[in-house]
Amino acid sequence: MRFLSTDEQLAIVDAVDDIISANGGARVARAWVDGDTAPGLALWAQLAEAGLMGLRVDEALGGFGGSTSDLVVVAERLGWHSVPGPMLESIALLPHLVDDEDRAGLADGTLIGTATVAGIAPLALDAHVANRHYAIAESHVAAADPGGAIASIDPARRLFPLTATGSPRDVDPAVIASAVDETTLACAAGLVGTGERLLAESVEYAKVREQFGAPVGQYQSLKHQLADVRVALSFARPLVWGAALSAGTSKHSRDVSAAKVAAGAAARLAAQTALQVHGAIGYTREHDVSIWLARAVAHDQAWGTQEHHRDRIARSLLAS
Amino acid sequence: MNLDLTPEQDAFRLEARTWLAENVPVSPLPSMDSEAGFRAHREWEATLHAGGWSVVSWPAEYGGRDAGLIEWVLFEEEYYLSGAPTRVSQNGISLLAPILFEYGTPEQHARYLPHMTDGSLIWAQAWSEPGAGSDLASIRSTATRDNARGGWLLNGQKTWSSRAVWADRGFGLFRSDPSASRHAGLTYFLFPLDAEGITVRPITQIDGDTGFAEIYFDDVFVPDSDVLGAPGDGWRVAMSTAGNERGLSLRAPGRFLAASARLTELFRERGTVGTRTADDVVDAWIGAQAYRLFTWGTVSRMLDGESVGAEGSMNKVFWSELDRDIQATGLRMLGAEGELRGSGAVDGGRWVDDYLFSLAGPIYAGTNEIQRNIIAERILGLPRDGKKA
Repeated sequence: MRFLSTDEQLAIVDAVDDIISANGGARVARAWVDGDTAPGLALWAQLAEAGLMGLRVDEALGGFGGSTSDLVVVAERLGWHSVPGPMLESIALLPHLVDDEDRAGLADGTLIGTATVAGIAPLALDAHVANRHYAIAESHVAAADPGGAIASIDPARRLFPLTATGSPRDVDPAVIASAVDETTLACAAGLVGTGERLLAESVEYAKVREQFGAPVGQYQSLKHQLADVRVALSFARPLVWGAALSAGTSKHSRDVSAAKVAAGAAARLAAQTALQVHGAIGYTREHDVSIWLARAVAHDQAWGTQEHHRDRIARSLLAS
Repeated sequence: MNLDLTPEQDAFRLEARTWLAENVPVSPLPSMDSEAGFRAHREWEATLHAGGWSVVSWPAEYGGRDAGLIEWVLFEEEYYLSGAPTRVSQNGISLLAPILFEYGTPEQHARYLPHMTDGSLIWAQAWSEPGAGSDLASIRSTATRDNARGGWLLNGQKTWSSRAVWADRGFGLFRSDPSASRHAGLTYFLFPLDAEGITVRPITQIDGDTGFAEIYFDDVFVPDSDVLGAPGDGWRVAMSTAGNERGLSLRAPGRFLAASARLTELFRERGTVGTRTADDVVDAWIGAQAYRLFTWGTVSRMLDGESVGAEGSMNKVFWSELDRDIQATGLRMLGAEGELRGSGAVDGGRWVDDYLFSLAGPIYAGTNEIQRNIIAERILGLPRDGKKA
């Protein structure tokens, strides 16, 4: 038993961090907000070249052959850097639901996929940059065309209705449910990363911003709020990791829901606290903290709200 | 990352589960903070010791099993899930013994350790004073040198001293050098609670039990052989105890897994899915799982040779508030019955008793406000609280 990242996972994390930082870090999300998707797509290509877009694709198809644990470790970094675009759809969801040719295309980065999933994801993220669109229902997958964009609370996200065009292909409902669980778990991991970034930005700001002749981080009221964020994130991450390890067991769906509830709540707390620490500057788009703040809220809403997942746990745990 | 156990660890867990199933008292023992309950809990310690489960992580020469950290957490999980009694020897085994192993002389080891494991020597902790709770460095009780008799004379008053009413001995800090600064000049003493000059005054708690007491010291003689560590070095010695106490439940995720399981059971009897209560029961379950998994992460780091310092403060804040939420949800589910205690109450009033005890969690072992300061300053690196110049 060793419930820590492996050396290999730590090396992947370093590689992901290096690639994203070299491509502009938070500036990528900023450009995406302004409609300039070029830096984001360049980053996408770089991640694909390093094999990370094929993280969950078999090596035989040009993928990385990674585990669910590898995925959550990477997804946390995507949240930390606020990487835009339909990454979760392309890395976590679609590899399990498309044919081998498309799977290889997702892995090498030539295909960017997005999707709607009946019930949990009624709109597709960033269909304008995708060259594959899928409408996914309980037991089938169909090619689809996007309608007009709808704005999100997170300006780095644009959401699109999809209309199925091709004839639907039957897919085992258990495979679809498991792919959705995996995407939900990756979203939870990303929320931990986003929450960690919000906390880190808040702590740095609290050390330098002075009011009444002292850094605001010296005041106990803010210290205790930041300590609560530290606690919430530290106890959310093990749930994400634990759920990654229960993949393939009967407990997995419940564990994924627990991870999503805790990560969403922790990230929301981090966002609220970040705003409180930053004051009015945090409420502006010109300050970077808004990038993570909006992302935390949007990702808490996406792939099932806290209410949705509590309800799912209740049905599994409490039904007698 | 993985959570796999070795076949040996699985076997250890099964052995513990089997023994507990056969030996845990069928009906709960009376409160350890009553005279009869204390005696019954002392007997349970002897039973545990006879089965070889009293101190699994200790060396075999003192009655332990030389068990590793993972086995120890597994045992704790099984212990709580079995519904076994709370450990009346906890002060001695969990708080004193680790530093006795580290700072004690071989003679002190031989004199105290074997008797801690079978319930024949039960310890009270004597940290706080009327003017010093979480701010332990401000204690004023004194130790003055008695060269003629080869020891020290203790004077002053301790309070909130857990188990002191019926325990055999106590341990605590006294100011042996009044001219030294706050943290210096403190010495760590072990003393018998029936010594001449000691008066123990029981304090009735909010739950009606006398779980703690005040201890008055009037020229109480303690020989040099009962000084733990070097004279004047008490702060450093005591701080390793405080670390143990705050990290204590790091070792006991079973306690909250068991509480959450009882809450889930109560919900199945009385609750409705889709209500706020259902959400609270779910959150309790999520919290207990998070606590368990966080513990495994900490254990993994400790096995890598890292020490757990300020992280224990996160632990303490999390479990104490989780416990309070679990118990409060239980009471709410009981409705009008949720105020009843003793015979005639649901589960003999256990929900009310556990609720009252959970209220103390955010207070004892360093208040959660102190813990949040530690998290903010030592983990997040925020500037220290403004001290008056």
